[in-house]
Amino acid sequence: MSSILKIKDVNKKFGKISVLNDININIDKGDFLVLVGPSGCGKSTLLNCIAGLEKINGGEIFINNKDMSEVAPKDRDIAMVFQSYALYPTMTVEKNITFGMKVRGTSEEIQKEKLNEVAKQLQIESLLKRKPGQLSGGQRQRVAMGRALVRNPKLFLFDEPLSNLDAKLRVEMRTEIKRLHYDLGASMVYVTHDQIEAMTLATKIVVMKDGFIQQIGTPAEIYNYPENIFVADFMGSPPMNLINATAQKEKDYYKINIKMEDGSISTLKEKNKSKLPHELIIGIRPENITENGLKNKQSSQVISSNIDIIEPAGSDTFVMTKLGNTEVTARFHSETKVKVGSKVNLLIDLDKASYFDPNSGQRI
Amino acid sequence: MINNNYKINYTNVILRMLLYFFLSVFVLYYLLPLFVMVTTSLKSLEEIRTGSLVALPRNITFEAWGTAWSSACTGIQCEGLKPYFWNSILIAIPAVFISTLIGALNGYVVAQWRFKGANIIFALMLFGCFIPFQVVLLPMARVLGLMDLAGSIIGLIFVHVIYGIGFTTLFFRNYYVNIPSELVKAAKMDGATFLRIFWSIFLPLSLPIIVVTIIWQFTQIWNDFLFGVSFSEAGTQPITVALNNIVNSTTGVKEYNVDMAAAIIAAMPTLLVYIFAGKYFIRGLTAGSVKG
Repeated sequence: MSSILKIKDVNKKFGKISVLNDININIDKGDFLVLVGPSGCGKSTLLNCIAGLEKINGGEIFINNKDMSEVAPKDRDIAMVFQSYALYPTMTVEKNITFGMKVRGTSEEIQKEKLNEVAKQLQIESLLKRKPGQLSGGQRQRVAMGRALVRNPKLFLFDEPLSNLDAKLRVEMRTEIKRLHYDLGASMVYVTHDQIEAMTLATKIVVMKDGFIQQIGTPAEIYNYPENIFVADFMGSPPMNLINATAQKEKDYYKINIKMEDGSISTLKEKNKSKLPHELIIGIRPENITENGLKNKQSSQVISSNIDIIEPAGSDTFVMTKLGNTEVTARFHSETKVKVGSKVNLLIDLDKASYFDPNSGQRI
Repeated sequence: MINNNYKINYTNVILRMLLYFFLSVFVLYYLLPLFVMVTTSLKSLEEIRTGSLVALPRNITFEAWGTAWSSACTGIQCEGLKPYFWNSILIAIPAVFISTLIGALNGYVVAQWRFKGANIIFALMLFGCFIPFQVVLLPMARVLGLMDLAGSIIGLIFVHVIYGIGFTTLFFRNYYVNIPSELVKAAKMDGATFLRIFWSIFLPLSLPIIVVTIIWQFTQIWNDFLFGVSFSEAGTQPITVALNNIVNSTTGVKEYNVDMAAAIIAAMPTLLVYIFAGKYFIRGLTAGSVKG
């Protein structure tokens, strides 16, 4: 596969404040890259740098193997969809979509042809004569995508395009963007703070924090093997449980000791790891802490604990308890009979557990 | 309960009546001078001398208006306000147009194309709004002299444009600052240039603020007396200066009816602008704040 976007050692400063530090990303043609992180992590700035709307202070950006660091946004062969849609308020939908072509001096016939093509693809044919003010949020979103699509660019950039929509529409448009990506085979870079969007859309995720890349990987890699505590906590809903524990070397396994609420110690056996420090943090996803007796796997082990809160969520029921002085979420079957205050046997699957160094926060 | 309600309504009615009473008093107070002006301008001199100031005219005559327009004496010339009215139009229209356009461009740059020192430049422009006219009279006279524009209509246009830019920039900047910056980014991605974005996207959005600026500038320039009297010569005086001359240079009997008619003629254009565009003025001033 050929590289479509290569970001090499990119730095960006606003005055004295460093907002991007040594960013290195490479994606291939057809990739759907999602930049995800909390607000202020630099993901939107990075997108603006790729678009050429912000100048970089160091490093290089290649699009389709061409160095674009000094190239104007319009000549980078990219299209961008903005959070606020940024439709031109005084122009009709039709004019909004063709404005770019008009500026470039494309002939009227081709303009019309492309407009019809895109309008059909996005099902906005009936809206062409309206102005943005007369459209709903979802329709505006479609028009904004139409404006990007009509350019048939090498690379699509999306800056939190769904965050102004209501929950239902957001899910619909998410599916639509995914379908679009599949149909066009286009390469996309997508910025969001919503980790579910990141998981569902991406072929590759970049998790960012404070201007540094925390981890790059496929959604499965990010989800199952988070590089550090930040990624573990940020990705996934509810987030990964991070439990303080100590490890003790036995003959062919480690004994993991977890302090319980009443002061007693529960132990788990870890057979997969060959080297663990004495103090550590175990990261376990809620779905790997389940109710005993429903679907016991061989690798599962049982810990007994008090239930603090029960949160039914329809398809599942989330149960809160305390392990190692931290609140822990377990994912139970929706038809569970457990009650608040009672003791329950938790089934813990350590096969899927991650271990972190409590000092550096890095994965062990 | 019911009693209580009645009580509240009763005080409400009284308060309302008081409110309308005071408003009516103010309306009369403000309208009285206009009333006197209009009625006096329609009376003959004879009637003014014998009748009461606030009485309605017995015989309506437009003679004074004709005199004021075409034959009243301003000093030694007796051609009425007509030539000076045209002078004012020749000054006001280009000056309003140019200062509005420059203000729009300035506001667009300061609000949407941030550059280093943009805030300082904007602050200095704002400062320009608050410099008293008198301070610049001498330097401006010198500059106009050096530019060979002293006493000319173009010179007056120049002065008014310079003086207007501070306000027009402020108006447009405050309007454009509420327009999301993503609009500029999107247009840049579409390949539009600085001027194209201004022309195709920002100007069409600007109707309310253009109206506000035009009203403001037109009123300022039309009503200006100080610059008009300082930087004009015999043939280039604006109407405000001519009005002053008509009123101050009568010999013998003071022709109050002509003075009143002349004053109304001089005030008419700004009055009309307010009457026809006034609602846009209010709307335009608040439009920026309502928009998200």
